[in-house]
Amino acid sequence: MSNPTTLTDEQLEEFGAELDAIRRRIVDSLGEDDATYIRNVVKTQRAFEVAGRALFYLPPAWPLAVAALSVSKILDNMEIGHNVMHGQYDWMGDPGLNSRRYEWDTMCPSEQWRYSHNYIHHTYTNILGKDRDIGYGVLRMDEDQQWRPYYLGNPVYATLLMLFFEWGVLLHDLEVERIVAGERTWADTKHLHRGMIRKVRNQTLKDYVLFPALTGPLFPMTLAGNAVANLVRNVWAFGIIFCGHFPAGVATFSEDETEDETRGMWYYRQLLGSANITGSRLFHLMTGNLSHQIEHHLFPDLPARRYPQIAEEVRDLCERYGLEYHTGPLRKQLGSVARKICRLALPTRRRTTPEPVEQPLAA
Amino acid sequence: MSLTRTILRSPAVAALTSPHGVDRYLELVNPMWAAHEVRARVVRTHRETHDVTTLTLQPTSTWPGFAAGQHVQVGVEVDGTRHTRCFSISSSDLARRMRGDRTFTITVRAHDDGVVSKHLARHAGVGTVLHLSRAEGEFTLPPLLPRRLLFLSAGSGITPVMSMLRSLVDLRYEGRLTFVHHARTPEETIFADELDEIAQLPNVDVTVLHTRLGDKRLNELQLTALAPAYADTLTYACGPAGFVETVRELYAGRDTLRVEYFKTSTLPPDDEAATGTVRFARSGQTAANTGATLLEQAEALGLRPEHGCRMGICRGCTTRKTEGTVRHAVTGAESSAPDEDIQICVSRPVGGCAVDL
Ligand SMILES: Cc1cc2nc3c(=O)[nH]c(=O)nc-3n(C[C@H](O)[C@H](O)[C@H](O)COP(=O)(O)OP(=O)(O)OC[C@H]3O[C@@H](n4cnc5c(N)ncnc54)[C@H](O)[C@@H]3O)c2cc1C
Ligand code: FES
Repeated sequence: MSNPTTLTDEQLEEFGAELDAIRRRIVDSLGEDDATYIRNVVKTQRAFEVAGRALFYLPPAWPLAVAALSVSKILDNMEIGHNVMHGQYDWMGDPGLNSRRYEWDTMCPSEQWRYSHNYIHHTYTNILGKDRDIGYGVLRMDEDQQWRPYYLGNPVYATLLMLFFEWGVLLHDLEVERIVAGERTWADTKHLHRGMIRKVRNQTLKDYVLFPALTGPLFPMTLAGNAVANLVRNVWAFGIIFCGHFPAGVATFSEDETEDETRGMWYYRQLLGSANITGSRLFHLMTGNLSHQIEHHLFPDLPARRYPQIAEEVRDLCERYGLEYHTGPLRKQLGSVARKICRLALPTRRRTTPEPVEQPLAA
Repeated sequence: MSLTRTILRSPAVAALTSPHGVDRYLELVNPMWAAHEVRARVVRTHRETHDVTTLTLQPTSTWPGFAAGQHVQVGVEVDGTRHTRCFSISSSDLARRMRGDRTFTITVRAHDDGVVSKHLARHAGVGTVLHLSRAEGEFTLPPLLPRRLLFLSAGSGITPVMSMLRSLVDLRYEGRLTFVHHARTPEETIFADELDEIAQLPNVDVTVLHTRLGDKRLNELQLTALAPAYADTLTYACGPAGFVETVRELYAGRDTLRVEYFKTSTLPPDDEAATGTVRFARSGQTAANTGATLLEQAEALGLRPEHGCRMGICRGCTTRKTEGTVRHAVTGAESSAPDEDIQICVSRPVGGCAVDL
């Protein structure tokens, strides 16, 4: 088994054991406070949702309605949906907060997302060729992805993916790029179609037919408002998620490096393959605590509200083991990601090291 | 069904509240509002003995009612986690029809190390909201009541029979009713005063035996003396596992006996079956088969499968088994069909197997 890390085998093992110990401590202390927290977030989200839907009846309040509905959708998808579907609250035994039952307010059926995200992305994080979240099959996000002229459109594809993010997530599992490449047939995706169609129908019916219709003559305004709220959520979610794995310095791995990896190595890969975003408590809430991407990747099924607390211990660990802890404010991380998207549209120039030449000691 | 409920259950409301469903909104306004789910609020508590409490429950309008002798799964939050256990209903099923009273009662014995029973019996005060299933179970009276009935109970096993007894009193049942109950001491006899009262009825014989005060545990001699034709009488028995086993032996397979178990006795695990590996496909974990139930093996690996009763009753733990053979921990039945839904709380793998967890 290879050890591609900067740590010795013993260090890696110790490192893994320390993280396991953090995990055990958190699991043992889960209780009432965590349950109350997530229930309050749910209450807040539902209140924004109801307020948003209601404010469409007051035409001058249109911007407020859109804002409220956007907040509702962001909370629903991120702090609630994403985290509940990771099983962070399964220990509560509440069917309304159960990972296998929760359905979120977005196009992609939760069942399909759980497979591609929880399983594929979280298991094979940043392993080129395995983690389909690297570029989502459309973008070039890593130097080691072979350049093709197609990638000249990288910034355009990224913009489109941002605007239509919920559709991108929906179609993710079809692996269209592999169908195009002939590695997969349309028939292979058949099991996904029914769930997709049903969810898209429900979401469309609600946002683009029923709620607009309920506002009578204000139909077009309400329809537009719902569309904008979905768009706001798309842009926000895309931004946060792309800051989680693609800022400069975040590592990717090859399949060879990660064969038979130990628990310690898995943790190591999760740590170096993720980046945090700094910000206020409200900001963390609105990102679904994905601003603590590192802690989330180390412990995807621990309640996100514990990530700030865990972060302190992880930073300390990084210092002791001399590992990098990628973090920065949103603007810096976004800029870094945007530059990467543009830079990788062009072929990567292989750094040519000049032949060493003999040189006199003194000039 | 009321108009409000018809509206709340309509496809239009379902479409508007998609994907969460209408109950996820109603509950936030008032936990007693529901369109589909059943919940109840504790409206009265009554200490029956030092460790037994009766809770009077006011159910949501979604509660479909029950038949005397049935039980209900009760979900209650203890330190943030919802636990679900079965409890027999102890009140008359005619209270609603005869007195317009929609409440019903459960009677709970606090086990010293019991999570739910201790919480319900000691800490769940008036106002606590509980999650309920519909009433379940076939431990009920027949539609056509026979001329004779016999009830046998011990300890907290009195609860479902008490529900039947109270219903029969409400109904003014005119047949011959014999009730033999075993308690440790008079102080530990649940419903003692009410039993005394009911014993005044001319067609009812109530005998309460106190095993700590010299009365014998149930045996053939005792039963023959109290109910000579017992084996030919429709009989309802409920109590601890040992008690129910004795009753079953006395009836030797006669079809007159109906029993209710509070705790299913599981077969001892079979060491020979504990071979191979168990694969939890969804989480990608594998481990050597320890011979314990799949639920226990999954939990030992840190997984948290959904479950309720943990004793094969509620089906809250149903999971798809994709490969291998499992043995039912209560009945001992083995099943090897690929792709079958099993109750993981009472399924022990025989050799290797794979489940969708
Ligand atoms: C159909 C049915 C009807 C029931 N009706 C009633 C009722 O009317 N009133 C009532 O008080 N209980 C009733 N029970 C029992 C009840 O469901 C719980 O099992 C019991 O209250 C213990 O739960 P707990 O959470 O307190 O204990 P747990 O935390 O689950 O267990 C704690 C300890 O108690 C032991 N234990 C669990 N259950 C029992 C039991 N029944 N007898 C002896 N030891 C046990 C366990 O092995 C464990 O060691 C009924 C059970 C069934 C299946
Ligand atoms: S947990 Fe109730 S049947 Fe398994």
